[in-house]
Amino acid sequence: MSASQGLREWLLAEEPTSRRQARWASWYKGWLTLRSNTLAMLGLFVLAFLILAAIFAPLLATHDPFAQDLGQRLLAPGENGHLFGTDSLGRDIYSRLLYGARISIYIVALVVMVAPVVGLIVGTVSGYAGGWIDVVLMRVTDIFLAFPRLILALAFVAALGAGIENAVLAISLTAWPPYARIARAETLTIRNSDFIHAIKLQGAGPFRIVTRHIWPLCISSLVIRVTLDMAGIILTAAGLGFLGLGAQPPSPEWGAMISEGRKYILDYWWVATIPGIAIFAISLAFNLLGDGMRDVLDPKEDHS
Amino acid sequence: MSALTVSDLNVWFGVGAERAYAVRDVSFDVAKGESFGLVGESGSGKSTILRAIAGLVPTWSGTMVVDGEPLGRRRSKAFYSKVQMVFQDPYASLHPRQTVDRVLSEVMHLHGVKDINTRIARLLDDVGLGSGFRFRYPHQLSGGQRQRVAIARALASGPSILLLDEPTSALDVSVQAEILNLLVDLRSEHDLTYIMVSHDLGVVGHLCERIAVMQQGAFEEVLSVADMRRLEAKSPYTRHLLESSIKSIR
Amino acid sequence: MTDAPLLDVENLWVRFRTRSGVFDAVRGVSFTLGKERLGIVGESGSGKSMTGRAILRLIRPPGMIEADKLEMHGEDILSAPESRMRQLRGGRVSMIMQDPKFSLNPVMTVGQQLVEALRAHEKVSRGEARRRALAMLDEVAIRDPERVYELYPHEVSGGMGQRIMIAMMLLPSPEILIADEPTSALDVSVQLQVLDIIDKLVRDRGMGLMFISHDVNLVAKFCDRIVIMYAGRIVETCKADELRNARHPYTLGLLNSVPDLEHPRERLEVLKRDPEWREAPSVSARQ
Repeated sequence: MSASQGLREWLLAEEPTSRRQARWASWYKGWLTLRSNTLAMLGLFVLAFLILAAIFAPLLATHDPFAQDLGQRLLAPGENGHLFGTDSLGRDIYSRLLYGARISIYIVALVVMVAPVVGLIVGTVSGYAGGWIDVVLMRVTDIFLAFPRLILALAFVAALGAGIENAVLAISLTAWPPYARIARAETLTIRNSDFIHAIKLQGAGPFRIVTRHIWPLCISSLVIRVTLDMAGIILTAAGLGFLGLGAQPPSPEWGAMISEGRKYILDYWWVATIPGIAIFAISLAFNLLGDGMRDVLDPKEDHS
Repeated sequence: MSALTVSDLNVWFGVGAERAYAVRDVSFDVAKGESFGLVGESGSGKSTILRAIAGLVPTWSGTMVVDGEPLGRRRSKAFYSKVQMVFQDPYASLHPRQTVDRVLSEVMHLHGVKDINTRIARLLDDVGLGSGFRFRYPHQLSGGQRQRVAIARALASGPSILLLDEPTSALDVSVQAEILNLLVDLRSEHDLTYIMVSHDLGVVGHLCERIAVMQQGAFEEVLSVADMRRLEAKSPYTRHLLESSIKSIR
Repeated sequence: MTDAPLLDVENLWVRFRTRSGVFDAVRGVSFTLGKERLGIVGESGSGKSMTGRAILRLIRPPGMIEADKLEMHGEDILSAPESRMRQLRGGRVSMIMQDPKFSLNPVMTVGQQLVEALRAHEKVSRGEARRRALAMLDEVAIRDPERVYELYPHEVSGGMGQRIMIAMMLLPSPEILIADEPTSALDVSVQLQVLDIIDKLVRDRGMGLMFISHDVNLVAKFCDRIVIMYAGRIVETCKADELRNARHPYTLGLLNSVPDLEHPRERLEVLKRDPEWREAPSVSARQ
């Protein structure tokens, strides 16, 4: 019996013999469910590929993303060693794409660290406490929900100046309310479960109940929502970039690249289209992965 | 001294004109080591009484005294180490993302129990689950096994009174027999007092000595199980209930 | 009478493809159903509910139904097209399930659901359908049919909901009724009422009844013939009044593990599940 077979058996064991084994076993089963979903795996690969491309950008790039060469402007893809051609300032699009991936992922990571976390806290506290705390927190949520993302971003940029961090802040401020709503809805359901009553009967206080019993159950809906929101967040960031409110030139942010390529779209389609395809790819990947995650975390039918 | 005394208990839901009484003017006494049953149809208020004792119901009036100590709005840690509850639905009473080990260790931790490891092993043994079940998740356990874990959780703090809310009604008949046997054994081993709610007179007859028959929130009659077996009941409702139960199993 | 039996099932298998292999919920079950009351008893996981659903072809992929013979009144239903099955479901064979909370449509009134059930199978005018629905509600002992007709399912009690369910399922006058734990969600006193209604209707209309339950004593009291299922197979079959003479250890175990109000015992008998029971071939309950 080879080592990998032994590991697989250990993971699928009927009777785990340690906490670690039980936890690894449930992760493994989740992985198996995800793996059986071809579209989700496709999304995962595309995402992994883009993340790796971003990490290894310095190694993979063929040119300096900021190097301008007016003698080489608007070259078609494949000409002169430029894989995806060059833009209006002669910068290599392929290399800019790779470094731009870093920016997109940076934006996504920042928003993910802020919006769902804030939403989780607000939602679960609101749902568990009930009463006036619930009312106040939900009205605050409503206020933030009422802001259209792009308009708020414009306001922020007008007040604080353009830049990636401000764009991220603006996106996060409008992204957290739906998570609060989801977390609150879950909390309201879970709150009345017998297992919550049972732990209350052991003398557990509200803090322990919310953080150790309710949060683990809300996490799945939030993760699913986050992966599906990713596409929207990237598009918003691209939109901000397009409007000149996000990353500032000469930063190779994908939205900004599309904006710069707008003027040339009829004759030099690749300048705007190729970053557009990149945005499409990453959004689609997140969507597919999100769907797959839903099957893993919130299975409607038991496949085990 | 009785283990539990309840006097003029009223439980209601809703406010003002919308107030609906789930329990009306209920009074009873349970002696130490006794097994007392609450029977009635759905909506009769029997589970509500258990929840009121456990402190899970906010709006109630009357007095409840456990081991000489009257109960107030909130329950103390000391109360939880004396009184514990086993819930009806084994599929809802365990946290779906926690292993058996996690559930039991958390409970023991909350009660300040030392050497949790050995205690868990002993508890699982007590309820008839081997050590192989220790690190399983609830979805890897059958209904009967889950209920055993729920019983283990209730026993973890070393209580003297167990509130049993229809502990076997969601289980298959053969599994029910195992759990009932277990409850009988545990009662004698740990000298427990049971207050059990059930709609099944056969189950109540097996486990209890005295029962109260409830209808629409009030006690219809309190009788001994011996009388119940002889179908000797004073109230026509009780008689009707007894006859229906007999007819449906014979 | 040389009629084909109402239901003729031979070697029925229901399989599900799962990640860890194929799971067989029903393994080689054979029985026939005439104008009688057949009880199918088993615990959860025995395959009894799956058998009922397989007959109605209500099992969706990845479930697969296989059988040597699956006929209703001589007509093959194993390979019948879905359009024919739709005609049969409700029209020739109906099913009542456990909890009316989940089997009645919560956004339609009782009357609307009854009328829909009838008009799906017979071409009747709305007025005629309403008349028959009210008559049916009366037949299931609902005291104020006109009032109940306008109610929504959440406004009626469990027992009444179940009676409405029965009315709905019997309106199109099917020949076979499959009742899957029809009284398990009801209080004891209401259970008897509902059973009496099912009894009367099945008798009056000369229907065949397949009564699926986990309660062996209830089935013994209510049915003519009993089939005991375990792990997807039939382990024993007998006449209801001969249940006391059952021979299979599983049947005896089921009977003995119920706490009897009138005959107390120190300890209840615990079923020792012999792996042999799972492996032994299915007993045929064909007549």
